[in-house]
Amino acid sequence: MEQVSTTHRIASGSAVVRIPDTASLPVIETEAALRALLASLSGVDAVGAAARAAKLATRSLKQSTKRDALDLAISMVDLTTLEGADTPDRVRSLCAKAWRPDPADPSTPSAAAVCVYPDLVATAREALAGSAVAVASVATAFPSGRASLAVKLADVAEAVAAGADEVDMVIDRGAFLSGRLGQVFDEIVAVREACGTAHLKVILETGELVTLDAVRRASWLAMAARADFIKTSTGKVAVSATPPVALVMLEAARDFAEATGRVVGVKLAGGIRSAKEALRYLVVVNETAGALWLSPRYFRFGASSLLNDLLAQRTKQRRGVYVRPELFSGD
Amino acid sequence: MDDHPVLASPLNALDYDPAPESAAVAHLHESYGLFVGGAFTAPEANEQFATLNPATGRALATVAHGTTDDVDRAVAAARRAFPAWSTRPGSERAKYLFRIARLIQERSRELAVVETLDNGKPIRESRDIDIPLAAAHFFYYAGWADKLEHAGFGPAPRPIGVAGQIIPWNFPLLMAAWKLAPALAAGNTCVLKPAETTPLSALVLADIIQQAELPPGVVNIVTGDGRTGAALVEHPDVDKIAFTGSTEVGRMIQRRAAAAGTHLTLELGGKGANIVFEDAPVDEMVEGIVDGIFFNQGHVCCAGSRLLVQESVADEVVRRLMRRVDQLRVGDPLDKNTDVGAINSAAQLARIRELADAGEAEGAERLTSACALPSEGFWFPPTVFTHVAQSHRIAREEIFGPVLSVLTFRTPAEAVAKANDTTYGLACGVWSEKGSRTLWVAERLRAGVVWANTYNKFDPTSPFGGVRESGFGREGGRHGLEAYLDV
Amino acid sequence: MSERLGVRKTYKLVVNGAFPRSESGRSYEVRDAAGALLANAAQASRKDLRDAVRAARAAQPGWWGASAYNRGQVLYRVAEMAEARREELADQVVAAEGVERAHATATVERAIDRIVWFAGWTDKIAQVYGGTNPVAGPYFNFSIPTPSGVVGVVAPAEDSLLGLVETVMAPICAGNAVVVLASETRPIPAVLLGEMAATADLPAGVLNVLTGRLAELAPVLADHEDVDGLDLAGAGEMRADLAARGAGSIKRVLADDPRDPDAAALRRIRAFLETTTVWHTIGQ
Repeated sequence: MEQVSTTHRIASGSAVVRIPDTASLPVIETEAALRALLASLSGVDAVGAAARAAKLATRSLKQSTKRDALDLAISMVDLTTLEGADTPDRVRSLCAKAWRPDPADPSTPSAAAVCVYPDLVATAREALAGSAVAVASVATAFPSGRASLAVKLADVAEAVAAGADEVDMVIDRGAFLSGRLGQVFDEIVAVREACGTAHLKVILETGELVTLDAVRRASWLAMAARADFIKTSTGKVAVSATPPVALVMLEAARDFAEATGRVVGVKLAGGIRSAKEALRYLVVVNETAGALWLSPRYFRFGASSLLNDLLAQRTKQRRGVYVRPELFSGD
Repeated sequence: MDDHPVLASPLNALDYDPAPESAAVAHLHESYGLFVGGAFTAPEANEQFATLNPATGRALATVAHGTTDDVDRAVAAARRAFPAWSTRPGSERAKYLFRIARLIQERSRELAVVETLDNGKPIRESRDIDIPLAAAHFFYYAGWADKLEHAGFGPAPRPIGVAGQIIPWNFPLLMAAWKLAPALAAGNTCVLKPAETTPLSALVLADIIQQAELPPGVVNIVTGDGRTGAALVEHPDVDKIAFTGSTEVGRMIQRRAAAAGTHLTLELGGKGANIVFEDAPVDEMVEGIVDGIFFNQGHVCCAGSRLLVQESVADEVVRRLMRRVDQLRVGDPLDKNTDVGAINSAAQLARIRELADAGEAEGAERLTSACALPSEGFWFPPTVFTHVAQSHRIAREEIFGPVLSVLTFRTPAEAVAKANDTTYGLACGVWSEKGSRTLWVAERLRAGVVWANTYNKFDPTSPFGGVRESGFGREGGRHGLEAYLDV
Repeated sequence: MSERLGVRKTYKLVVNGAFPRSESGRSYEVRDAAGALLANAAQASRKDLRDAVRAARAAQPGWWGASAYNRGQVLYRVAEMAEARREELADQVVAAEGVERAHATATVERAIDRIVWFAGWTDKIAQVYGGTNPVAGPYFNFSIPTPSGVVGVVAPAEDSLLGLVETVMAPICAGNAVVVLASETRPIPAVLLGEMAATADLPAGVLNVLTGRLAELAPVLADHEDVDGLDLAGAGEMRADLAARGAGSIKRVLADDPRDPDAAALRRIRAFLETTTVWHTIGQ
């Protein structure tokens, strides 16, 4: 009797997203126009979104898919240190790690970026000279976002002047939750201008927005204000990136690209520590927004300890044995 | 100025490598006998037939064809077991059912693989839905066995007697659980006839029943085809018939039961409408439509096989739906990443093809998933028909396959009228963020189950069953006990 | 060959899934029916009681938030654990109550079957005690039973195992968290049940077991304003006083004890259930 199953590989599962060639961004000249745009968005059924995310989590990545996905995930890491106790040496050490995450295996890709406070941007810039690793800086009174616009813009200017390629700003959640949407929008626009050629990542702090409806609206608000990336979290509140939040933000990025022709990236941050979680998120990317987002250009993980687990799993895939965590440096 | 031009991704999509579950986990035997009187026995006439893996068309094992004499033996065993079983304290019956629930949980992986091999459904579904729900049904009804006086059927409700139970091939183990668990909890003894094309998981269940040390004859399992089922229905010592299957066979069974005065419950076909209003939560709704019609290859009596979409959003809904349909991974049911598996049999495939061709001939527009299909076994690609009229065969007849018919409506009243324009009445879905309207529609739908902002959800506590020609009687919940109580 | 010396066990409290001695460091002698020393049980203080109530309050939303099916599985698991330790339980029932071994075995078996009975109720309570209400008007109206919250139990004094199971499992199966004051003179079966629950995936804090002096602890429990319900099955002569104390924070107090065990158990389940009724409009 039959014992061996046959294998048929058919669809990849990847979402096929059709993006218009010419950009047509929504014109937002008044708060009413912004409200109308956000009101036109579909609601999110939280039960259905959680069920979809859970179903995607059952995908099983094996063999070459897993190897490719681990490398891809490594290349998407924004290696982050955002502590009061950060020092130049700590940042230099992190930069070395981002550049060559596993010196024993030169085929290991570099991380996407190093993410630090503005006062350490220059240190990182210098340490990463000659590498393709970008320097990202949080700004705008990170993590609370509670400062005047002038202070926020000065914070951004300092980071950009010191050589930041990317700026991670926080939105004013208080303003968003109290309905001052125009204020949130205007701040993003102003910061976007202050960034110059630097890319802007807008942190929504989804753990404080709480509902998926709010996440979808905040995502669209930030994209309409010309964010280059929308980002989940600061990592400084209890709830950070979750699979349903990632799903809703990727849906927003997909729908925005289809509607406007502008592709906005998505960055998940906070609490992602294991390779297994990271690969599950890549599946969500693949099946929600599709192949275009499977690149560090449009998708990032803000993390620190995640990198070592990705390296451990990568090494396990190559050597076939589980390795000690101490095989990789502790940065 | 937009400094962010669109570039092609340097990397391809994640093209999932095969992730097959091991077929060896199934521990299949070459051949199986009939489970009568607590043991596997040889059939009276030594007639065997092969059960196939629909994903390959190759034989998995041979099973016995139960004849009238075999049914006789099984009914006699059930009759002998009835007095002791029905008078055993409810708390003792409960513990047997808890044992069965636990054994299903313990052997869940084996059962999932057996189910997928024999039925063709994706391993993800058998693993995450069929098998856990089967265990849950035993667990739930175990709890009722010693609480029947609280179920609302009087202070001391009595069982009916010997129950003949005939189940379909779409959810083989789950349907066995739906039938056996309430019957046993209420104190009946059973003769179960699994579907001809999917007998294997019921035979593993027989092994589990032995491991649970259920008294001999309380459950008997007789495999075979329609003739075996007919022998069970016609048996004079069967007190109750529970049938899940087609409306056509249900009609024949009802005629026979009417003549004999047998208790009867029927769970028959359906032509479920999934009603989408313009304020539906769009991404979850698309998933719900996909689950509604492509779950289990559409081999679901309550499938949302008609999509009624508000005209104002019809084009957008179909566009999003087709993007999602194109992503469905059709193929090896044992692959953990497969979304849509094999059609259960050559006969069912022929029926699906015939109706889909009729849809095209009658003027509907056929949209088919771009996926390639395996070369051997029985396959049909996920298919959506647009521009379907109420009068088309694909809008009226149960296809029982991965084929969706899209129709439009303008007002809530029109949605209700179109949803009810069928002789069936099993299940419907309503998609809207407006609760008041959802309840208004739900009250007016002639269906046994209405899902709101979800579809194809099942739970042992929730009664399931149809109105009109979708049958009568309920399975699941407190209501499900009534089918097995003489009340 | 010398005879092997047995390893004795210290019986401790069960608070928030851990097994502390009393924070007070006190213990008291527990003697068997013949007067021989059984153990030095922990003598819980008011601070232990405060900690137990805090643990119960923290655990209750998660316990109620789990699916009814999941709660049933966990309680059934408690029965499985008890079945595996039935000899030990029977030993302790013999020691505590001075009954014949056969009687003790029957008591243990009955107690395990009762846990199974309660396990079967978790997903049926709403079906039996909830329902829809056909109000006159375009409204969908339904009532759902919800747990009271934290229930304080004074366990029966004599019936050290079966009585404990009845009083503790009823509120827990309805979704409450419990702080139980074990029988003062026969506390050991209660501690064992707490240990079994802790290895059955019952979330920490859902069942907290305190041993000690009832006269010291019961008034504190009855007065505690963050306790929602009281079952005074084992309160004896303190019953009236404790029931009156319960009025301080409008506690649901169960003070009587019907004879029929099923009726009594259902009364216990209902005693610590609230009813929430929802109105929802129906219209196009």
